[in-house]
Amino acid sequence: MSDDWPLFEVFIRARSGLEHKHVGSLHAADVRMAIEHARDVYTRRQEGVSIWVVRSSEIVASDPEEAEALFEPARDKVYRHPTFYTIPDEVKNL
Amino acid sequence: MSSPSAEARFRYILRLADTSLILGQRLGEWVGHAPALEEDLGLANIALDLIGQARLLLAYAGEIEGRGRDEDALAFLRDAPEFRNVSLAEQPNCDFGQTIVRQALLDAWQLGLYEALVGSADARLGEIAAKAVKETRYHLRFSAGWLVRLGDGTAESHARVAQGLEALWRFTDELLAPDALDEEMAAAGIAPSPDALRLRWEERIGAVLEEAKLERPAASPYPWHGKRGVHTEHLGHMLGEMQHLPRTFPDAAW
Repeated sequence: MSDDWPLFEVFIRARSGLEHKHVGSLHAADVRMAIEHARDVYTRRQEGVSIWVVRSSEIVASDPEEAEALFEPARDKVYRHPTFYTIPDEVKNL
Repeated sequence: MSSPSAEARFRYILRLADTSLILGQRLGEWVGHAPALEEDLGLANIALDLIGQARLLLAYAGEIEGRGRDEDALAFLRDAPEFRNVSLAEQPNCDFGQTIVRQALLDAWQLGLYEALVGSADARLGEIAAKAVKETRYHLRFSAGWLVRLGDGTAESHARVAQGLEALWRFTDELLAPDALDEEMAAAGIAPSPDALRLRWEERIGAVLEEAKLERPAASPYPWHGKRGVHTEHLGHMLGEMQHLPRTFPDAAW
């Protein structure tokens, strides 16, 4: 039963050249089954050309308690955004 | 090369179409009941692949027959003796283990069949097979994977698939033993050679059973004749449910 199966996070690459994006999670007994389940659950409508799965327990997350220390110092560093350049008209898709 | 009559080609294509249709309908019975949500979706995906194959094949069979029957007329307005699916496809789901056994036995057979049909002298059949072969390769990956997990799993899972294999093995002879129609189609280059088909099936199933630590049951001589329209009692009950709506409300649409 799925209660006994560990949780996996699923990442799908929508097209060649794009990055894998997190799409959700599922239960499976092992990595092979996780790939099959990801195929059946998340790519039924042509969502992807490649699948990554990883045990959810293997993911290391930042601590929400530390969010202030980690992220707030970036708030007043506007000079880190490359907004001070004038972009020539010829340059598209930037 | 002899050229089989339209009537013979119609009967042969019905065997392929009905096997996919009936197996798809059987798998569909699992929807909402599978052991896990992910398996529920997996089985439903396979069922829909099979029904998709059946639609293409039935539409083609109807054109060959030339009596104006479309895929729906063939699927929903024939009675059990007119169905030509192999008997294995109509066997009940029983438990998940037995469903997986049935699926693996038929996936290995359909895969060998479609691989060969890609080069059929009948170009339309070749095109349908080219689409179906990709789907079927995944079906076998799914069912063989589960058969190995269960066979080489716990004492109970092993006992269940071993029991399923014992119950269903007697139906496998029908897949492999050619009758006059199979031979006529093979001689015309439309269907694969029965010997080659048997060899591929034996190789695939032999490898899966070995990995699953399952004993190959002793061969059973009993002949089944689903592909000639002589079915086990299970098909009639199943058709009663499958055909109920279109027969009660002809031409209903939504």
